[in-house]
Amino acid sequence: MTAAALGDGRTATQDLVRAGAASTVGFDKVSVAYRGAVVLKPLTLEVAAGEILAMIGPSGSGKTTALRAVAGFVRPVSGRIRVGGTDVTDLPPYERGLAMVVQNYALFPHMRVADNVAFGLRARGAARTLIESRVDDALGVVGMRTFRKRYPRELSGGQQQRVAIARALAVRPRVLLLDEPLSALDAQIRRSMVEEIARLHADLPDLTILYVTHDQSEALTLADRIAILKDGALCAVGRTADLYRRPPNRFAAEFLGRANLLPVVIEDDRSVGGMVAVRAGADRLLVAGDGAPAGTRRLLCVRPQHLTLTAELGYSNRIGGRLRQVHWQGELTHLVAEVGDSLVRIVATRLPALPERGGAVDMFFAPGDASLIPEEAGV
Amino acid sequence: MSDLAAAPAAARPNLNGLWVAPPLIVLALSFLYPLALIARSAVLGETGAPDWSGVLATLDSRPFLNALLNTGEIAVASTAGCLALGLALALILAFVPFPGAPLAARLIDTFIALPTFLITLAFTFLYGSAGILNGALTQGFGLAEPPVHFLYSAWGVILAEVTVYSPFVLRPLLAAFSLIDQSQIEVAGLLGARPWRIVRSVILPAALPAAIAGGSLCLLLTVNEFGIVLFIGAKGVITLPLLIYDKAIQESDYQAACVIAIVNVALSLGLFGLYRVAARRLGG
Ligand SMILES: Nc1ncnc2c1ncn2[C@@H]1O[C@H](COP(=O)(O)OP(=O)(O)OP(=O)(O)O)[C@@H](O)[C@H]1O
Ligand SMILES: [Mg+2]
Repeated sequence: MTAAALGDGRTATQDLVRAGAASTVGFDKVSVAYRGAVVLKPLTLEVAAGEILAMIGPSGSGKTTALRAVAGFVRPVSGRIRVGGTDVTDLPPYERGLAMVVQNYALFPHMRVADNVAFGLRARGAARTLIESRVDDALGVVGMRTFRKRYPRELSGGQQQRVAIARALAVRPRVLLLDEPLSALDAQIRRSMVEEIARLHADLPDLTILYVTHDQSEALTLADRIAILKDGALCAVGRTADLYRRPPNRFAAEFLGRANLLPVVIEDDRSVGGMVAVRAGADRLLVAGDGAPAGTRRLLCVRPQHLTLTAELGYSNRIGGRLRQVHWQGELTHLVAEVGDSLVRIVATRLPALPERGGAVDMFFAPGDASLIPEEAGV
Repeated sequence: MSDLAAAPAAARPNLNGLWVAPPLIVLALSFLYPLALIARSAVLGETGAPDWSGVLATLDSRPFLNALLNTGEIAVASTAGCLALGLALALILAFVPFPGAPLAARLIDTFIALPTFLITLAFTFLYGSAGILNGALTQGFGLAEPPVHFLYSAWGVILAEVTVYSPFVLRPLLAAFSLIDQSQIEVAGLLGARPWRIVRSVILPAALPAAIAGGSLCLLLTVNEFGIVLFIGAKGVITLPLLIYDKAIQESDYQAACVIAIVNVALSLGLFGLYRVAARRLGG
């Protein structure tokens, strides 16, 4: 969009209307307190330009608070927030050049769909022709062009959600903030909306998205990187696949993908192709080492779907246990086995025959599918 | 068995219909019957025969037309003032966080409980000829005459009515504001809307039905206001209720008083009807 297309010569707003270049978001020791109670401990985190960073964590962990600090709805008690290199900590929300989609969509009930989508552009003083084309584009992106004359109350939840996204996109925000945008939808629509957001980001690769959710599958599907918050503190951050494969701590392992954690002791720290030997009860296993010396206590992290009940090529590690529960669910069978004092969950896709509850069971996994995690106290 | 059960069930709706009777009887005795008496006195002259020329003479008289005009002007101006003041106060109380806000809202609420003449009395102490303001000004500048006279004019009545009736706008507005989804306001701000635009395009449309309800109530109350106008006692500021009082008590002209009363009632009911139509349109 050229500057001429903006029509009226309001320079301050021109930048905002035109902004569309990829922007980073930087949290620099950002801390937020409500009435003296610290709910976000000093957070330092960089969101790269054009990336989707998902913030996940249990309820009350401070995800929304972190997002609201970026939006300018809440002022940090300390620390700075940068958007695209500019320090926005002291700017009011309307000067930050951002847009947000919230859980309940917050559409303006007395405005038609088209006016909802045009709202930000009007507020930023864009020219009428620009507004028309942007509204049309934005509604097109979310497939809602034919609904432009409707009122929000005449739309389904999923449609309202699309309008909320269109309203946010129409201003070409530097960063799009999404706070649990799908949590009010039912599971099936949620899945298709996740795919749509992924497609949208593929169409708008310059758009930086900060995506807050407590649904780890949304995060795993969409995010380039994931940040996990717990009790107001950043507990892990990393590329999605890395964080999933090698969670840095117990909380990350359990929260992201519900990993099995078995206490083990490193038996032999001589690395063979990166692998070290550990002992879990009676079983000796080979797993990727983390440089700790022999005798160190660790937690062995292995995902339920990486365990099989049949010895297969490459699945060279074997743990013995006793089967406690078997839940056949059609495509998948969920099993729980007892290994020492721990419970191990298994998700099997193929089973030759349903195993007997209470019987001994052998579980197999590939050394590359497991990792070692420090055994912190109290975490 | 089923026959036994069906019989009383069928009879019951008829009995339920009777519940509407007591309110109707009360309404008829307390409102419709006196109204009919007034209407009768308005039409019947002293001789007891219908006297239409008397009715027309009253409706065409200068005092009546003046009072009608005064009533309309004062009511509209006061209502506009109530809307402006009520809106400003409601916006501040609801959206500008300050520690005393709830207390302030409650204090303003208590205005509703006070008799209207009390505030008028307070006004005479403040702005009257012998009031604090004039006292300070005559002393401070060595004036011979009190310089501030606005209280004894239509402006004084309007000021008093605005003060007394603003809470009737404030209250529904505060209730409406409290129902607005905070995230709508936040999202609007993030989209680039400055506070005034948020007020105009997000908050006010949501509060419009409340403003109309409160404003209509103000209009009704100010059209019928008697105490304030009487207490201020401004020369030439005669409204319909005051004129009715004058005709009935001072001049013992009951026919004219009843004619004007009927006009006043019709005006009130008309305004109320308009308000209901507006409320239904906007509320639907
Ligand atoms: N306005 C507020 N006043 C006081 N405390 C607040 C306020 N908003 C949030 N909190 C507190 O801050 C903490 C973090 O809240 P936040 O909304 O950021 O959590 P969250 O991670 O988004 O949780 P959820 O998944 O339930 O949305 C919570 O303990 C919450 O009670
Ligand atoms: Mg939240």
